[in-house]
Amino acid sequence: MRKRIALLVAIVMVFSLVLSACGGNAGGTKGGTLAVNVGSDPDTIDPALNSAVDGATLIIHVFEGLYTLDKNGVPVPGQAKDVQISDDGTVYTFTLRDGLKWSDGKPVTASDFVYAWNRAIDPETAADYAYMFEVIEGYEEGKLNVTAPDDKTVVVKLKNRVPYFLELTAFPAFSPVRKDIIEQHGDAWATKPETYIGNGPYKVTEWVPGSHITMTKNENYWNYKNLGMQNIKFVLMDDPGAQLNAFIKGEILFTDDIPNDEIDTWKDKPEFHLEGQLGTYYVSFNTQREYLNNPKVRQALILAVDREFIVREIGKAGQVPAGAFVPIGLSDADPSKEFRDVGGNYYDPSDYEGNLEKAKQILAEAGYPNGQGLPAFEYLYNSESEGHRLIGEALQDMWGKLGVKINLVFRNGLHS
Amino acid sequence: MGRYIVKRVFLAVVTIWLVATITFFLMFMIPGGPFLAEKSPSPATLEALNRKYGLDQPVIVQYKNYMLNLLKGELGESIKQRGRTVGDIISRGFKVSARVGGISILVSVLIGVPLGCVAALNRGKWLDNLIMVVATFGIAVPSFVISTVLMLIFSIKLDLLPTYGLTSWQHYIMPVIALSFYPTAYISRLMRTSMLDVLGQDYMRTAKAKGLSQFKMLFKHALRNAILPVVTYLGPLIAYTLTGSFVVEKIFTIPGLGNEFISSITGRDYTMIMGTTIFLASLVIIMNLVVDIAYKIIDPRIKLK
Repeated sequence: MRKRIALLVAIVMVFSLVLSACGGNAGGTKGGTLAVNVGSDPDTIDPALNSAVDGATLIIHVFEGLYTLDKNGVPVPGQAKDVQISDDGTVYTFTLRDGLKWSDGKPVTASDFVYAWNRAIDPETAADYAYMFEVIEGYEEGKLNVTAPDDKTVVVKLKNRVPYFLELTAFPAFSPVRKDIIEQHGDAWATKPETYIGNGPYKVTEWVPGSHITMTKNENYWNYKNLGMQNIKFVLMDDPGAQLNAFIKGEILFTDDIPNDEIDTWKDKPEFHLEGQLGTYYVSFNTQREYLNNPKVRQALILAVDREFIVREIGKAGQVPAGAFVPIGLSDADPSKEFRDVGGNYYDPSDYEGNLEKAKQILAEAGYPNGQGLPAFEYLYNSESEGHRLIGEALQDMWGKLGVKINLVFRNGLHS
Repeated sequence: MGRYIVKRVFLAVVTIWLVATITFFLMFMIPGGPFLAEKSPSPATLEALNRKYGLDQPVIVQYKNYMLNLLKGELGESIKQRGRTVGDIISRGFKVSARVGGISILVSVLIGVPLGCVAALNRGKWLDNLIMVVATFGIAVPSFVISTVLMLIFSIKLDLLPTYGLTSWQHYIMPVIALSFYPTAYISRLMRTSMLDVLGQDYMRTAKAKGLSQFKMLFKHALRNAILPVVTYLGPLIAYTLTGSFVVEKIFTIPGLGNEFISSITGRDYTMIMGTTIFLASLVIIMNLVVDIAYKIIDPRIKLK
């Protein structure tokens, strides 16, 4: 269920979708309540601890970093009103907006950021995303070079020039948190509306675990007057079928997880939007095995995969056949260019027949003509999605054309 | 009776201890752990996490600590749901599941018992056949099929009932039907069989010969004896139904306890696995004790030893 995709853009997209649903649908009049589903009950909505997309969506409603992303994913000032960057690009001096307040009315200060960022890298906090801070000086020593010379100034010293640092400051893990509350309540602070105090556009008014999280506009937010719906009800649904039913009935106005086999029925309807999500589906080879440690064998296996078939018959949701590992949607060093347009493909995923011929040839060069001499190996998959099994079966068939045999082994508890 | 209860409570404690011990060691034999992810935490983080939850200790020491805490009634903190205690999660989920489950048990008994009686009294006639066909259907069709069909008809096609949550009485209708379908069917079959058995007894013929009314005969003499198998079945049924159904709660987005049983195991949330298991085991044991005492009340001839 958990979609652990550690990338900014995916989160932004989910966020912008939620918002786009308010404009276009009948149930979304300004001032009322917008009911949406972005995922099931989150394990945590502590900004430091979260590593799930749905958790991040909830967090960016309640917290705001120094910068925030606009609807195009471009960093714009959030809690900071501006930033000065040193000529070598390693020192960032942020100035906070005037009169910033937490949802309980206390002032937001520069030291809240210093505390939150150091907390996130503390092994005792055990944050999945601690490594996001490793661009900052002092990360290895466990004491970040982030200082608050006064209440309104945050100075960050980076190890080297980091062109995407402003984007990082918009990432949920970089949100400020309240030292007084966390020291008093421990991990439990992020489980109750009374202690879950944020500095973002909304505040949590109710959390019934497994049922819903309700948020209302935070009147202390600096940009309060430009906010949309008065209330947002995040329904915590787990079952894709249930989500679709609730959507059909109009009980929720947005969902991003419908059953795979329903996609064909919905794809031509106006309510259905395909949105990009950064991520690459990949298979890991165990190179401890001598035959798989041979790069030619791996190359042959990779070439023999009919990606268009997998995308068309199994994925069904507009996935793009991958010609290289980095997903489409990341900009190059020059932000106006797509990384993958610059980088190009390792192979042409549209020429399956040609790739298969090449694969046979390479496998023969590796010393295994028609797969002879190559032992049958195991392919492990888990049950988190039906697609894992279907892809395994497809690979079994595709690699079979090379004469390579695999046995599909189901093993639960593996993460996808 | 007092002595009997003391003895049973003592046995219950032993049973729960055994269940807890076996679960504890089995749990550590499942490969994997709560902190495994595609990007594993750094060694320092992993160490801190293991220390926080006492997982750095040898299993036998962890066992000792767990048992000592259990004696104090502490189930610890959930490893996966950071900041929540196992006790809170269970009590919160149980309140919801027990409400839906309690209503469905009541419905099953109130419908199942009369249906079984009616079938027995009309043995071989069309009414009996009809009830038994419906009951067989109820036993054969799994709850997720019933839930999905109900939702399709009443929510999507007829637009009468809400699809998720538990905020009004309308919300209870579909989950309660889905949960009570199987037990209702099972109880009516059970009731029919045992009623037929009782109706063939000599004392029933005597009662009839004395000229007792059919109503009195049935309710005063037959039902009391015939209901014993149903009571036996109710014990574990109540325990399992009150703790929630994974499937039905998932389909209707009910924030109950059912999901915790499954997710704690797949997530290797050790403290939650222990908590849910001990809770369910205790409930089953308590319900069995209640059933045995109920026997005694219904049929005074039964001796409790």
